Amino acid sequence: MSESEETTGVDDASQSVDGGRTETRGETDGVDERDETGAEPTTTDAQSPSTLDTDATGSETGEYPLRVENLRKTFGGIVAVDDASFEVERGTLTGLIGPNGAGKSTTFNLITGMHTPDEGRVLFNGEDITGLPPHRVADKGLVRTFQIARELSEMTVLENMMLAPKHQRGEALWRSVTPGVRDDVVRQEEELLERAWEMLDFFEIDHLAEEYAGNLSGGQRKLLEMARALLTDPDMLLLDEPFAGVNPSLEHRLLEHVHELREQGYTFLLVEHDMDLIMQNCEHVIVMHQGKVLTEGTPSDIKQNEQVVEAYLGGNV
Amino acid sequence: MSANNGGDAGPANSGRVNDVITRLREGDAGLILLVLGGIYLAYIISGVILGYQLRGQLNSIAALTFYIGVFALLALALNLHWGYTGLFNIGVVGFMAVGVYVMALVSKPVYTPGGAAQVGGLGLPLWVGVLAGMLAAALFGFIVALPALRLRADYLAIVTIAMSEIVRFSFLSSEFQQFTLFGNQVGFGGGSGLILDYTQPLEAFFRTFGLWDAYLGFVTAFGSFGPLNLNNPKPIVDSLIYGGVLLLFIGAYYWLLKRTGESPFGRVLKAIREDEDVANALGKNTNRFKIKSFMLGCALMGLAGILWLAVQGAVTPNFFRPRITFFVWIALIIGGAGSNTGSVLGGAIFAGVLYQGPLYLKNVLEAVLPQTNAPNGFGPAVAPIFQSLDPLPFVWYTLDSIRQLQLVIMGLVLIWLMHNRPEGLLGHRKEIAASIDLSRPTRQSSTAAADGGFVNGVSETNDSSANSGGQRDE
Repeated sequence: MSESEETTGVDDASQSVDGGRTETRGETDGVDERDETGAEPTTTDAQSPSTLDTDATGSETGEYPLRVENLRKTFGGIVAVDDASFEVERGTLTGLIGPNGAGKSTTFNLITGMHTPDEGRVLFNGEDITGLPPHRVADKGLVRTFQIARELSEMTVLENMMLAPKHQRGEALWRSVTPGVRDDVVRQEEELLERAWEMLDFFEIDHLAEEYAGNLSGGQRKLLEMARALLTDPDMLLLDEPFAGVNPSLEHRLLEHVHELREQGYTFLLVEHDMDLIMQNCEHVIVMHQGKVLTEGTPSDIKQNEQVVEAYLGGNV
Repeated sequence: MSANNGGDAGPANSGRVNDVITRLREGDAGLILLVLGGIYLAYIISGVILGYQLRGQLNSIAALTFYIGVFALLALALNLHWGYTGLFNIGVVGFMAVGVYVMALVSKPVYTPGGAAQVGGLGLPLWVGVLAGMLAAALFGFIVALPALRLRADYLAIVTIAMSEIVRFSFLSSEFQQFTLFGNQVGFGGGSGLILDYTQPLEAFFRTFGLWDAYLGFVTAFGSFGPLNLNNPKPIVDSLIYGGVLLLFIGAYYWLLKRTGESPFGRVLKAIREDEDVANALGKNTNRFKIKSFMLGCALMGLAGILWLAVQGAVTPNFFRPRITFFVWIALIIGGAGSNTGSVLGGAIFAGVLYQGPLYLKNVLEAVLPQTNAPNGFGPAVAPIFQSLDPLPFVWYTLDSIRQLQLVIMGLVLIWLMHNRPEGLLGHRKEIAASIDLSRPTRQSSTAAADGGFVNGVSETNDSSANSGGQRDE
């Protein structure tokens, strides 16, 4: 198979992933209607990135899905995050950088509900999500990946993928076991399975589908984790050092995927150590230092900022 | 009465076993059949050596089936907790106790002064009692789980074992010996135990369907059937049939748990077992899943407890000592946590070999070896070995202590398993948590992408990714 053919193949796959997204969004709504157990209807069409591409609203919440206000968190005597405020613009790849101990990961954990902030607020799509448990935050369309890829090692890649879609009918125990009702569950699983395979194709890890996730290499795990996060139909993805420990060519591939997805309307917030990588790929960069937001702006602004050079580039390297 | 007749019960039994096995996976059906066949054969042979009459043979088969049944049921329920969800429950026996006692409370006849029973019950039908017992066990599980699930996994273990002891002491206490409920004088009988003086389960069962007379007719016919010619056949037929009922329950548990596991619900449970944070980050309310799984398992443990004790005539709190919990754990570990088929297998092996086996071995050896009196101490037992190279007194001494040694043997088996096969007999197997086959759907449209996958598939090294990424570098 020649190179050009393979590249087209990838393009095709990406389109079909896009198609799969819109299609399944409709289904998710359907599930919500049928779900009497009171699962909150979350992903409304107004929030979905693809529609917002076309009717970009003037409202601030539309432009800035994530807004962090005066966030503060202390652990014992250490102030990990100190009055941090920033916004992330829709459809961008925003980088969050800073030297070790700057509070990046804690900020991440505060946003995604792993930790509860002492002070401050987190707003997502105009809604106050401060202190919500992680699963509720994810439910609202704000999904994270982990610094060390946390695949579910004794589950196969496909099981990992099939886990992700939200509000599956079969997640209700009685539906999964009751004869007759289970047919609905099976039908939905068949639909989800097709999406899962499309996503695996898109990330080019479909040849690993039947493997235990624990047998994957570090880079492949990162791909799996991102693919899995995407299957939850997120609005925005928080990537915690997705390129750490990934070989350069795989890093290149991951970045390509991120850019492609960003063009489809996803919003990314990226925590990263690698200055060059951030400068080359992000539209907007937020610099944290000692728990505070030191500055933010375009990569070229940041490069010329003396404070940053001192705090980060000069001080640390 | 001939060996031939002993064989009659065998096929009848294995016929029922077959019912269950048809539900099991193809690959394991053979293994289970083989193991069960081997165990039953060993028991029949030892019966022959012991010179059992037909009645004795049937009795030993019924008892074996009973223990295989209850341990397989308990191992299946525990597998849902530990194998699927990773919940470290070492209070199994507590949930059994709650199930049994609540069942007794609901179904025992109303207190009549001067009756045999010290305390009465609510006098409701047995099936109501069974449902109430399961429900109570589930609700009790909920109460236990609520505080414990918020903590780290190990704390659940501590809470559950403490709770199972609290349950036992509560039923022992005089406070609950007698009390008034809905105007009825009821109670749990305290340390002196509780007589289960309701309609016997089999009778209740057959009466529900109006088949009791037919059953009695069958029993008489069975007893007087030509060569069998049993006096008073009812107890034997009862226990054989009850063993069969237990096997049917294994089938039902297996069916339910297999469906639970092979579903989106089971997938979330598996994810919780692997890494709860990940499941949470993907939007799953893991606490809710854990509580549901815990409650279902507790209800099944309650039912297993009821099935164990409902036919025993009486129940005392001290039956529910933690050792039974650990027996169930051994059964699960032998079979392999995470596999339902393995749980059944583990239950059967535990019951047949480790639980009942040593006693039969003792009986057989005692029948075979020349008779002497067992020495009454370790010294007199060992001395002849050195004095006259006569090992027999030591063997007799050992056999005499087989009850105590049983636990030692279990411990050794456990250590051996942990070292050599920690995943158990069938724990290594992939049981995919999905209601459908997850291989690529045939009506896949993007063939180009599939081809791309094929190219990767050929290179198949961990760095196949680097390979294709490199190509697009240019």
